[in-house]
Amino acid sequence: MIAEFGQISLILALILAILLATVPLYGAYRNNEALMRLAPSLVAGHFVFALAAFASLATLFIRHDFTVVNVAINSNLLLPWYYRLSATWGSHEGSLLLWILMLSGWMLAVAVFSRKVLPKVFLTRVLAVMGMISIGFLLFTILTSNPFDRILPGPPDGQDLNPLLQDPGMIFHPPLLYMGYVGFSVAFGFAIAGLLGGRVERDWVRWSRPWTLMAWAFLTGGITLGSWWAYYELGWGGWWFWDPVENASFIPWLLGTALIHSQAVTEKRGAFPAWTVLLAIAAFSTSLLGTFLVRSGVLTSVHAFATDPERGVFILAFMALVTGASLTLYAIRAPRIMTGKGFDFVSRETALLLNNVFFTVSAGMVLLGTLYPLIIDFMGWGQISVGPPYFGAMFVLLMTPVVMLIPLGPFSRWGQDELKRVVSPLLISMVVAVIGGLVIAAAIGAFNLRAITGWIGGLWLIMGSLSYFFRQKQATRFRLPRGQVGMMLAHAGVGVFVIGVGMVESMTYERDVRFAPGDSLEVAGYRFQLHEVAQVKGPNWIAEEGRFTVYRGEREITSMNPQKRLYHRGQQVMTQVALRPGVFHDLYVAMGEPLSDGTGAWSIRVHIKPFVRWIWGGAFLLALGGLIAASDRRYWRQQRAEASEHAHSGGEVPA
Amino acid sequence: MTPTRKKRLAVVGLIVLSVGAAATVAITALQDNMLFFISPSDVHAQTLPADRHFRLGGLVSEGSVSRDPHSLLVSFQVTDGAHEIPVTFTGILPDLFREGQGVIAHGNIGPDGVFHAREVLARHDETYMPNEVARALEKAGTPHEVNMPTSRQAQNQSGY
Repeated sequence: MIAEFGQISLILALILAILLATVPLYGAYRNNEALMRLAPSLVAGHFVFALAAFASLATLFIRHDFTVVNVAINSNLLLPWYYRLSATWGSHEGSLLLWILMLSGWMLAVAVFSRKVLPKVFLTRVLAVMGMISIGFLLFTILTSNPFDRILPGPPDGQDLNPLLQDPGMIFHPPLLYMGYVGFSVAFGFAIAGLLGGRVERDWVRWSRPWTLMAWAFLTGGITLGSWWAYYELGWGGWWFWDPVENASFIPWLLGTALIHSQAVTEKRGAFPAWTVLLAIAAFSTSLLGTFLVRSGVLTSVHAFATDPERGVFILAFMALVTGASLTLYAIRAPRIMTGKGFDFVSRETALLLNNVFFTVSAGMVLLGTLYPLIIDFMGWGQISVGPPYFGAMFVLLMTPVVMLIPLGPFSRWGQDELKRVVSPLLISMVVAVIGGLVIAAAIGAFNLRAITGWIGGLWLIMGSLSYFFRQKQATRFRLPRGQVGMMLAHAGVGVFVIGVGMVESMTYERDVRFAPGDSLEVAGYRFQLHEVAQVKGPNWIAEEGRFTVYRGEREITSMNPQKRLYHRGQQVMTQVALRPGVFHDLYVAMGEPLSDGTGAWSIRVHIKPFVRWIWGGAFLLALGGLIAASDRRYWRQQRAEASEHAHSGGEVPA
Repeated sequence: MTPTRKKRLAVVGLIVLSVGAAATVAITALQDNMLFFISPSDVHAQTLPADRHFRLGGLVSEGSVSRDPHSLLVSFQVTDGAHEIPVTFTGILPDLFREGQGVIAHGNIGPDGVFHAREVLARHDETYMPNEVARALEKAGTPHEVNMPTSRQAQNQSGY
């Protein structure tokens, strides 16, 4: 019953989405108040049915309904309830349902929170455009990846959720990432609505800014969680692999970063509006591209579920339709987009323009490296893969100037400025960064190029943000607007991140060693001692557990118990890493494999990762900064003057 | 030309230049970091430069895995059904490394004809077979039955 209820909800959501994409849009076109007024109710209904469908699938998982194929494949009787819940979005079908739920949630949020701020015609258009996107995804789900398909009679027990996904990180990583991915559809909706109306003005950019910032913050958080998850779950101790699937989420992030900066210019100065529109389209299109790459099975990785060419073709067609249609609309309307004020060579506009150049070029670079093997393969020129050194080298090359320029941006004035005036308040920061970086690197014994550049760059960013903070504090004597607080936090976060990367990439201690019970290993002042390898049991697995004690000098500091798990279903083996996190370094022990020589010895991987937490800490500051900036009052205040200006075009003046 | 136009031209020129430079560097870096995928039959068919890195893919031959008792040195054979290549690797093998299962190794071929792997990748779950390996096996005439539970197959298997 529940499955059928979910199925019907999904179809009803589709019907509402179709209505939403047509009727109110026609109303906006004909200036028909009654038809436009339908939009918010349709959005609410759409959300309710999407939620119902999602809740149905979750209930099916919780209740072990193995007559549903999706449940039978991704769950079993031994799986604890929280992983059954996260299994709801652990499969391909379920993750699409999550995508739809997120999209309908964003739509509802726009309908509720922008109700008073946006003119009615504009809001209607935004919602209708998002409705169109929803149609695409609902059709995709219903036609090619129905989560509610049944098998009768159902098997007595299900298979298993991939053990890699049986982890707390997996409960939160996909929802956050999707919040970000799907959130760019709001910026996309605003851009398209602006183009449809034939007027791209500064006000739409202001309205879309908080949404873009929120989506970007969620995407940042999602990527960060993914990196953290890979670090402790895959058992290799890396934090970023330049895996095509990671890249698929990273490209929209880079474009999103460019977008939030170019929106700032367009809002404040009206400069490069056409570019902002184009970036909004690109950020969402690459989100779709990411979905295509991940879900079509073109790429093989942990994220690629059952491969099915039909699905790939559908998403590719949908992506081509969305991107093609929006670019065509852009081409038609571009001449009518306003032109902004000119600006001098030394100005904040130039600083932000440079940001945009570097971030879009980086996105292009990552895109090239990700798609190149696919193109080569498709043309029949052989099978290649592009190694991480390409991405690493290119990224460092492109981001070094960004790190050097970031602190200059906030200090520069709009329109026209002098280099001397911009740089002089930063001289102290510069000196502190260079000297401090050298001293710290020397003091902690990390006197190598990577660590030193990491420290200097990181301190430069943190100091630059701080000095901006104090200058603004003095200059305004009022509370700083949240937009500025968010920006400074985010920029300082980049600094924290840079320090983490510099240290991890240069000072990581990594060794694979042979350990027999009683053996010990001394590294970097720590002594790892293995006492025994014991058998332990979990709800749906058994494991060999290494019992390590770690000493610093003679003092015992911690015990670490890495496991090698064997899951009952599917007989899959998985490494469970033992971690001792710390602000300055992580201790990391992973079990390799038993060495069959009768001594009970194992191959063991021991890592000491300095400052690795700073990588995620910095990324967390970035996300937090984005959210704080999004909450700036300026975006949520009613724009009385503009509202009345739009009144003649059918917009209702809010009381 | 008006000063504004001059400025604009300068900005546009700067962008074009930097994008061009970045593209050049990107493509050069790409050429340097490309790893070609080869199967054991490819290795047999041609002599490959010893210094060049490759991705070698195939199945781990049954009964071929042997470990050095005193170190983490492992050696095994990779096969595509037609030919076999000996591989050595020092370190920890991935969780899903098994005899008779698909594997991809990064490394180069020494003058002794042994493939020295610097990295060994296996599958992420029990149903996954690297695309390249599946196709290499097919080419060598021994397609490997991969159990991919799509919803349709699961429906067909509903008898249990």
